[in-house]
Amino acid sequence: MSETRTKERTRKRKVEVSVGAGGTGPELGHPRDPGDQKLSNYTINFGPQHPAAHGVLRLIMELDGEIIERLDPHIGLLHRGTEKLIEYKTYAQALPYFDRLDYVSPMCMEHSFVLAIEKLMGLEVPIRAQYIRVLMAELTRISNHMLQLGSHIMDVGAMTPNLWLFEVREDTMQFYERASGARMHANYFRPGGVRYDLPEKLLADMGDWLDHRLHLFEDAISLVADNRIFKQRNVDIAKMSKEDSIAWGFSGPMIRAAGIPWDLRKSQPYEVYDRMEFDVPVGTNNDCYDRFMVRVEEVRQSARIMRQCLEQMPSGPVGTDDRKVFPPSRMEMKQSMEAMIHHFKLYTEGYHVPAGEVYVATESPKGEFGVYLVADGTNRPYRCKIRPTGFSHLQAMDFMIRGHMLADTTAVLSALDIVFGEVDR
Amino acid sequence: MLASHVPQMASDEGVIAAAKKAIGKAVLRASELVGEITLTVKREAIVDALKALRDTPGLEYQQLMEIAGVDYPERPERFEVVYQLLSLTKNRRLRVKVTTDEATPVPSVTGLWPVAGWLEREVFDMYGVGFSGNPDLRRILTDYGFEGHPQRKDFPLTGYIELRYSEAEKRVVYEPVELPQDFRNFDFLMPWEGPEYRLPGDEKAVGEAPGAPSPAPAASGPPPVKAKKPAPRKPRKKKS
Repeated sequence: MSETRTKERTRKRKVEVSVGAGGTGPELGHPRDPGDQKLSNYTINFGPQHPAAHGVLRLIMELDGEIIERLDPHIGLLHRGTEKLIEYKTYAQALPYFDRLDYVSPMCMEHSFVLAIEKLMGLEVPIRAQYIRVLMAELTRISNHMLQLGSHIMDVGAMTPNLWLFEVREDTMQFYERASGARMHANYFRPGGVRYDLPEKLLADMGDWLDHRLHLFEDAISLVADNRIFKQRNVDIAKMSKEDSIAWGFSGPMIRAAGIPWDLRKSQPYEVYDRMEFDVPVGTNNDCYDRFMVRVEEVRQSARIMRQCLEQMPSGPVGTDDRKVFPPSRMEMKQSMEAMIHHFKLYTEGYHVPAGEVYVATESPKGEFGVYLVADGTNRPYRCKIRPTGFSHLQAMDFMIRGHMLADTTAVLSALDIVFGEVDR
Repeated sequence: MLASHVPQMASDEGVIAAAKKAIGKAVLRASELVGEITLTVKREAIVDALKALRDTPGLEYQQLMEIAGVDYPERPERFEVVYQLLSLTKNRRLRVKVTTDEATPVPSVTGLWPVAGWLEREVFDMYGVGFSGNPDLRRILTDYGFEGHPQRKDFPLTGYIELRYSEAEKRVVYEPVELPQDFRNFDFLMPWEGPEYRLPGDEKAVGEAPGAPSPAPAASGPPPVKAKKPAPRKPRKKKS
């Protein structure tokens, strides 16, 4: 069913048919000649408003019949100039922009930025804050994969699992809200720690949730993982070799599906990931099915990490003592003049980051999300280049989809895990 | 000191020497800051340098993760093009830089890594840096028909053109930007260590300026305490 849906929704904008080709009728003065069956390629336009385009993506596809010969993604329809805006904001004001990059996994976006600032400043973060960051980052990973897996399944034609997975995602949004006050744009990770401590009840509820709610996810996956139609739509679609995956700058699940066990949480551990026990799932031939299954296993591993965080999390402060960076608590402000002054200075001038440049990458749910930060010693970044994950993956789409059918477009696109907030910035 | 919770990689010991040996004379500068190595190489030699870094055993930077542009308008060669490399086998990162100006193109590295295609397109779009040898150097993030290069420091944050849907014409129209209020760029730097300008009254703090004698002290009362002159402070570069 979904195959026909794809074809119907893509509009035929420009049809390049050379004169006399494809059997034009005698009314044009070209009598149909059986030896003159030279069909030229179709050029069709997919998006920018298409439910399977995962946002605003325009694909110009050159087709030979139903075979894709060439594909040119036109991106930038969601370009908001984030990097330019950040240059005009203090570090604290720049942080919320990161939530709006990959709006499916906001806290993982903040993570790279706060780590970049902390690396330049040499700022230490209390151990409880590190546990909270890991806990929330893994919650975000589950949240992201719920949306990604669900929409992948739906794009190849199954409806039910998506509805179930969104139940789970809704729960993670509720946890977001209870932790930060916002369902999506959390602005929760701050340089020097996290904004608020997590209450005991929230931690307990998270443990409960891991034990009793994640079976919904297992149920949903059990419907499709061995399903014949699902496999027909995904296995051996858009295969990439190991060498190609490296050359095209893949990272995250996309490179692991090729059989390369590369996970920044393992190889370049940050925060308390080196204390966590988890496995890095890998695929074998980097087709859409492998990418799907790698993400499925990552959800289980993320749940494992979350459990360890909940067990090991010590008590203590959630922000650094350095009052020149991390604001004092409300309570302190009511009693201490110095705290009041610190608060005022932090929320007007902000803190100064020493001059230098740094590239920090973390393992976001989609892959390597990096921030290249150039500081000039003032309270604003001189340059903040964001390394989006989907940018490289989407670029390779032309390479991996050549020779596949038109109906495979949605499967390939879903397996890339594209979010345009991040790709277009 | 390096914070303990940032991503921990393999030690970079000996990388600078090995890279210098592999690239040769094209290395102009090598520096290390917060545990990250930056090599500046000659613009013409960038392809050979990155090829050497990728293929030399012991260096093995297999992946090109990112190409970033940076604009320093006060420099003669105002643009920096920054390549971030990653070694999957040695678990290290490396940054390689070249400099260029508006007119001089940088050799494209699309022959080494196909991923460079879009990354170079983005730098071209945002800064107007040309890449010779890139087969598809079109704009990528900005609108169709966009003019200018928005990430340059002399490009205003608000831009020049705005678009809206015109109910009268039933289509999207492009118009010059009109703001009811100017963009407000606050200078929050500390007044006692930041700006170079002098506020009225500042001259009192740095002793008597010629031609402006201090008022005579009142006839009765203690003599004025001579305030200690603050040590001359190196004026901070004001952010432009």
